[in-house]
Amino acid sequence: MPQQTFTVNGKQVTVDAPDDVRLLWVLRDILGIRGPKYGCGLNVCKACTSHINGKAFNPCSVPVGDITADDEITTIEGLPATVGADLHPMQQAWLDHDVAQCGYCQPGQIMAAVDLVNRVRAEGRDITDADLDTLRNICRCGTYPRLREAIKDGAQSM
Amino acid sequence: MRKRDEDRPAITTNDPSVAASPPSLGRRRFVGYLVAAPTLAVAVRLGLDETVDKQPASAAVPSVGGPAEIFDLSDMLTAAGMPTANLISLELRTDGTVGFELPRAEVGQGITTSTAMIIADELDIAVDKVEVTLAPARPELIFNQLTGGSNTTHSTYTPIRTAAAIARGRLLEAAALQLGNVPLSALDTVEGFVVGPNGAKIAYGDLAKAAASTETKQVQATLKPTSQQSVIGTAQNRVDARDAVTGKKVFAMDLDIPGALPTMVCRPPTLNGTVSAVGNRPAVLAMPGVTHVETIASGVAVRAQTFGQCIDAVRALDVTWGPGTAEGKSDADILAEVRKAQLPMLVPKVPLLTKTLDTDFTFWFASNSPLETNSAVADVRADSAEIWGSLKSPITAQEEIASKLGMPVSKVKVNVVTGGGSFGRKLFFDAALDAAEASQKMGAPVRLMWHRADDFRQGRAHPMATSRVRATVLGKEVLTWEQRHTSVKTDWGHGLGEIITATAAKLPVGDIGFSETVFALSQATHYNFGVTTQLLSEVDGGFNTGSMRNIYSPNAAVARELTVDQLAAMMKMDPLAFRKSFAYNKRSAAVLDKVAEVGDWGRSMPAGTAQGIAIHNEYHGVSACLVEIDCTPATVNRQVRDGVTGPRVTKVVFAVDVGLPINPKGLEAQMMGGIMDGIAITLTSSLHLKDGYFLEGSWDNYAYTREWNVPADVQVVVMPATSESPGGAGELGVPASAAAVATAYARATGKVPTEFPINHSAPLFFDPMPTVPPIPQSPTDGLTNY
Repeated sequence: MPQQTFTVNGKQVTVDAPDDVRLLWVLRDILGIRGPKYGCGLNVCKACTSHINGKAFNPCSVPVGDITADDEITTIEGLPATVGADLHPMQQAWLDHDVAQCGYCQPGQIMAAVDLVNRVRAEGRDITDADLDTLRNICRCGTYPRLREAIKDGAQSM
Repeated sequence: MRKRDEDRPAITTNDPSVAASPPSLGRRRFVGYLVAAPTLAVAVRLGLDETVDKQPASAAVPSVGGPAEIFDLSDMLTAAGMPTANLISLELRTDGTVGFELPRAEVGQGITTSTAMIIADELDIAVDKVEVTLAPARPELIFNQLTGGSNTTHSTYTPIRTAAAIARGRLLEAAALQLGNVPLSALDTVEGFVVGPNGAKIAYGDLAKAAASTETKQVQATLKPTSQQSVIGTAQNRVDARDAVTGKKVFAMDLDIPGALPTMVCRPPTLNGTVSAVGNRPAVLAMPGVTHVETIASGVAVRAQTFGQCIDAVRALDVTWGPGTAEGKSDADILAEVRKAQLPMLVPKVPLLTKTLDTDFTFWFASNSPLETNSAVADVRADSAEIWGSLKSPITAQEEIASKLGMPVSKVKVNVVTGGGSFGRKLFFDAALDAAEASQKMGAPVRLMWHRADDFRQGRAHPMATSRVRATVLGKEVLTWEQRHTSVKTDWGHGLGEIITATAAKLPVGDIGFSETVFALSQATHYNFGVTTQLLSEVDGGFNTGSMRNIYSPNAAVARELTVDQLAAMMKMDPLAFRKSFAYNKRSAAVLDKVAEVGDWGRSMPAGTAQGIAIHNEYHGVSACLVEIDCTPATVNRQVRDGVTGPRVTKVVFAVDVGLPINPKGLEAQMMGGIMDGIAITLTSSLHLKDGYFLEGSWDNYAYTREWNVPADVQVVVMPATSESPGGAGELGVPASAAAVATAYARATGKVPTEFPINHSAPLFFDPMPTVPPIPQSPTDGLTNY
């Protein structure tokens, strides 16, 4: 069986897995990294949103064979370390606004929010309601209003 | 902390002089038990006596209250527990923390947080010192382990306070002895300590052993007066928030049960089809990672090293299927069946010149699928089994699983895991049954998860329904109001039915069926409309249905409130003024005034936009919602990739009075979720039945509210307490929101919609996925397509 080598949350890992197994299952079922959630496996619900080389992506839709040894994967578990703190500012904003209800979509929401702020900032502007409208992550509990407030606040301290 | 309460007796054992104190609301004495244990342990009977707040009628032409005013669904669930309920217990540990096992399911509604608050308040301890866990199935609780009907806090508030009060009293007694027999009146409790004269201070943890009882005995307690509560009613963040934002919160599929490998089921192409034959079992067994392939009741289960390999195996299976339970049927066929079952209107004799208003609305199938799909872990051995899942009716699950496995109930342990949403879905335990059967047939533990496409297509649905109203009007009076709700049958097979059986004889609704009983108990009288009747009839269409958040009420409320707006127009009255003058419940006027004030009701709005207003009363609570909607072409026709746009709700103001709000922040969250649900069921989300199956297979097909549908301005106003006991909150946000969106839409477009969601009959906005294989393959372009 092929060996797959890449970096996840700052640690290099090598796993035995066929090339076509999607990264989400390598993370969850083989490596036991359970922060990224399954919500559809179709790149629609965005519950598994994580970062590859600092940009958001959905590991449910990437064959592990497409990941190279140079790639750095960050899941929600590794997000605080990217800022060298116990909590990333976006996670703190989530706590400040008590955003989560059931919490199932929240790892993906936070990873998507950090990416959105990074992209908007790269364009040299502040986040707007129109930017928030582009987020595709589903929250079936419907905590969207708090989520939107938290992203705006989190952006301030990022 | 709180001020010392001189007249609050700390002694909790049977002291006749204390027991004789006069009973008054909030000062009554409650009975519990000190349990023989190494550290302080207290137990109380769940289903302790409850107080029902009845609202007096007060309008000029009052309607006779329906059954829901006398004894509503909350009371039924609470009462059902009384004769049979057993004990729930609270323990104080030597580290000063309190442990409490809640016999309910936390699915996001925040009951672990509110329960910790209730204990913290009564016991004078910090909220974060209280650890609330979820109890496994406890058959001895019989009817009292069901999480539904927004009933958790209503039914557990007083019993849990009683347990905490007994524990506090016992700690005072133990401290009095340790301090050399100081009088109890000289002691008080502050933030986890007993404090006494001359600065004496003993931590609860240090009293845990001394306060323990060597025998189990009955004791009494007086509860803290409302005026001295310091935690209840304050805004608290969720106790599990940090775990949720760090990815540490554990759901069923995150459990590491040794040997429990990923398992999925290949399901039929039509609703509830059955397996006739599997053509290629050896070939599928030989696929990478696959360990087992076994036919179970719901399809063909495959177990593999990863879920990705399960998906591959499910897609590779060559299965011959028998017909389903709605074979060949489509939406229009089912609507025709519903129409045939509609009950006639029975308007009594009314005076000459009376005008009649008839309205008729259709509500299409909807899905209660949460983001966490149906899932469960099962480890079935030769003579015992253990199950893990988010289960709101774990006792019934345990009984059915035991029966399926051919084992005594006592050999089946059912653990309740925190859930990733429910919305009614987790009243059922479809995945737990799948997992138990698969594990038994495979002879191996399984971590079984439904695919998203299956969760929409084969999972539980909110039934299609029609709601018709006939009202008669004479001058400025509504003489009669008849509402006839006709629905595809709602499945109550999760065990609520047992409650009805147990309590039916005591209900004021007579000898009618179970659904009719729930309907009658949940549909409060909202307006003084003279002779009022609200009836339900059902047809059995072979669907997998279940309660979706708030069951019948969102549909019934949309029909009611749209009709109310038309009555107001007939009388040339403003919708707000009309509602206030006809409101049955006095508390309705206050929430109406609140949303009107905060939302600036009646302000001038541009063409194509409008405000709408609606009310709903249920679970001993009242609510009002004001909505602003934008139906201008520029908004309606905005484009979002694979997204449903259409009219956009731009502002929502929601006022809620639940009697006694325990955690206003949690309550606000529940209302917010209800608002998003209301927007979805009125504007965008439904299941389309075609040729015996539901077309929806992903979240881009089932159009629940997405970011591009969210109002920029959402304000929830939690009204001050109007009662000493909490009502229900989990579902109350949905109906007034759904109805206010509908009334706003009607006012903005000048056309009253007659079907919901309003886009259901428009050309389908997605290409349905194939049904064979039953689940789609995951994309491979995730690195370039985010």
